[in-house]
Amino acid sequence: MSSAETSTEYEKYYVPESSSLAVRATIGLVLSVFGGGLVLNEMTFGGTHDTGGAAKWVLFAGLAIFIATLTYWFRTTIKENKAGMNSSQLSNSYVLGMFWFIFSEVMFFAAFFGALLYVRWLAGPWLAGEGEGGRMNFLLWEGFEYTWPPVITPQEVVGGALSQPIANNGAFVSQHTSMSFADAQAWYAWLPLWNTIILLTSSVTCEFAHRGLSQGNIKKFEAWLAVTVGLAIIFLFLQAAEYYEAYELFGLTLNSGIYGSTFFMLTGFHGFHVAMGMTMLLIQLIRSVRNKHMTSTDHFGFSASSWYWHFVDVVWVFLFIFVYII
Amino acid sequence: MGDHHHGPAKGLSRWLYTTNHKDIGTMYLWFSFAMFLLGGAFAMVIRAELFQPGMQLVEPGFFNQMTTLHGLVMVFGAIMPSFVGLANWLIPMMIGAPDMALPRMNNWSFWILPPAFLMLASTLLMEGGAPAFGWTFYAPLSTTYAPPSVTFFIFAIHILGVSSIMGSINIIATVMNMRAPGMTYMKMPLFVWTWLITAFLLVAVMPVLAGAVTMMLMDIHFGTSFFSAAGGGDPVLFQHIFWFFGHPEVYIIILPAFGVISQIIPAFSRKPLFGYASMVYATAGIAFLSFIVWAHHMYTVGMPVAGELFFMYATMLIAVPTGVKVFNWVTTMWRGAMTFETPMLFSIGFLVLFTIGGFTGLMLSIAPADFQYHDTYFVVAHFHYVMVAGAVFSMTAAVYFWLPKWTGRMYNETMGKVHFWVSFIGFNVTFFPQHFVGLAGMPRRIPDYALQFADFNMMSSIGAFIYGMSQLLFLYNVIAAIVSGEKVSDEKVWDGAEGLEWTLPSPAPYHTFETPPKLEEQPAY
Repeated sequence: MSSAETSTEYEKYYVPESSSLAVRATIGLVLSVFGGGLVLNEMTFGGTHDTGGAAKWVLFAGLAIFIATLTYWFRTTIKENKAGMNSSQLSNSYVLGMFWFIFSEVMFFAAFFGALLYVRWLAGPWLAGEGEGGRMNFLLWEGFEYTWPPVITPQEVVGGALSQPIANNGAFVSQHTSMSFADAQAWYAWLPLWNTIILLTSSVTCEFAHRGLSQGNIKKFEAWLAVTVGLAIIFLFLQAAEYYEAYELFGLTLNSGIYGSTFFMLTGFHGFHVAMGMTMLLIQLIRSVRNKHMTSTDHFGFSASSWYWHFVDVVWVFLFIFVYII
Repeated sequence: MGDHHHGPAKGLSRWLYTTNHKDIGTMYLWFSFAMFLLGGAFAMVIRAELFQPGMQLVEPGFFNQMTTLHGLVMVFGAIMPSFVGLANWLIPMMIGAPDMALPRMNNWSFWILPPAFLMLASTLLMEGGAPAFGWTFYAPLSTTYAPPSVTFFIFAIHILGVSSIMGSINIIATVMNMRAPGMTYMKMPLFVWTWLITAFLLVAVMPVLAGAVTMMLMDIHFGTSFFSAAGGGDPVLFQHIFWFFGHPEVYIIILPAFGVISQIIPAFSRKPLFGYASMVYATAGIAFLSFIVWAHHMYTVGMPVAGELFFMYATMLIAVPTGVKVFNWVTTMWRGAMTFETPMLFSIGFLVLFTIGGFTGLMLSIAPADFQYHDTYFVVAHFHYVMVAGAVFSMTAAVYFWLPKWTGRMYNETMGKVHFWVSFIGFNVTFFPQHFVGLAGMPRRIPDYALQFADFNMMSSIGAFIYGMSQLLFLYNVIAAIVSGEKVSDEKVWDGAEGLEWTLPSPAPYHTFETPPKLEEQPAY
């Protein structure tokens, strides 16, 4: 065999023994989506299958298996690393994996930003009769005027869901107050501004933590990391408050036409990613405090989490500009 | 040798728990062939219904479910996983790596596929039937008017996306990080190059598809209005997002096929590939252009003229790098010492028929002409020339070419040649007439048609049955080779084949290149 004859001066790449992790994670994932699909269909269509309320337990069981397996999977890789099985080449594979994973996340957000920009620049004006797509206004949505944020949905203009000439997915009732910047006098009461400050600060504190770790100063690292996690939690609280405000005070819901759709989907997915990033950073903090896992040369878990965190921040900057400001 | 990893585990757990790139590649290949037969069965239902005008066998609603599932299963279940399987088997051997970079994730990205397709297929049995809105699932057919099973369809797409993204990240990490010393980028076999670029495309556009189906899910269940003009959204938005994924997707399907052909044609021409560097740049050029041409699928949707023109010219540009490739393959054969074993036959079949598909693509790229061709059988003929005679023929060529390396046994050459000629004739009898009925105005996705299309449709159906049948011959030939094929003694099964995988014994041992090979004498492709 040719491989046996060649030199052995190279580090061996760690190819793990066969492992049941993937199959277990698959079981969790498939149960989750199947249960989730059953739950959603019961909610919307009164059920494609009569599960007698069992659907949500399928979903929960799936999620439990999935999360437990992923936790165990990460523990396994950490143990392997601590046992010295990882070559520098494998570490590089992890770096590449994380980088391209973040790139895929960028493209996921790009789809939603693309939807927002398409609606704002093209579809909205066309619905109001502008340009080459403008016949829709005359034929279907007569009287609709486009503004952003919209103050009224096309459906409301023509008299609501019942008198609407083509079918739709439900009733779209516009919000009475939007989330964009309105009152220069009370700028300090505008939550998104604070959220921006918090998130940008957290990126800086995360970088401080990284520097502390690189210098081998674990105390500094843990302190700044704790601050970062704290800021993330404050951000999530403020966003929850903002959602409460939107739903209860402004009449802004997922059903508020395209403004509500884009607003909640963009900020919602971002918020979900903040929660994910926060969890990742928190786990690194716990690993450092409890297990002394972090050293100045070996801390990929933290590095990857911090890259993810900076990515989440950058997304927010675009959100702030395109959803709240412009 | 190390003190572990002597060979595969026994029984089912070998396949369930494996982290070996060859095992995982094998599973991908068998799974994709099973899906190929399933999608083929759906196609047979379609062609049986269209055998004669009038409603013959199935209800129109069921016919729509068949066209939808045929497309989905073939694109996501047959073609894409088959090339991932090929990548798994070949990339580590071609670049001198011990395995894929992230072996456990590799196993995971395979194992979520079968349940996802089980879920997709199970929609056939659900109340309201399977998705019936076409494989492109345009809103509002797929939102407002969709059957409840659409929820499971959406989640199946999500899982397929997760699988593709993980698989692609793995391939990128492997190619960028695991090459043997001396294997520079411009020495990589072209198959590795095309897969590297394909993997990049997948990581870039599968998340966009995930975004599209997520918006559908929200529109259906949570009252958002992304694709509903009543709320200020736009059904056309769906088409833009879908085709931003969908156009790179067609290159995701065809680029690995280009890679395969670029390995096989030099082997049987006994000449190095002509214009290696230009092949690499052409592949990258096609990948770049694939991001800025998506709206040529939607010329008739009512875009502004400026948009039509931009997408028309950008689309025509793709003919340039594709032309470079075809030119290079032909020039590789020029004055080569050619022989015509089965892999070479399929490769030449690919070259001829893919080029025809490329030319019809050029015709379709002309916006004013497309107003006539749009949604006719001309489009169906076009994309089957590139998907079947392109991707599937090259995949078939790849199986014949590398099967001796994988199994250590030779397939039956005569049966392989019969398979080629029956496939080639069956394919052309099926799809060539569809150009004519399409130009004459026969719309796609309709279970009935006007009487003047009857003869050509009957030809199409007969051709389809022949083509379908010939695949069973393929299956038999492969199984017979594995079970009782003649053993190959040589490492180099084909005397003209070059590359690291041909330095390994046949069959390739369970673990190869545990330490990197020396590369000085390797030729530059």
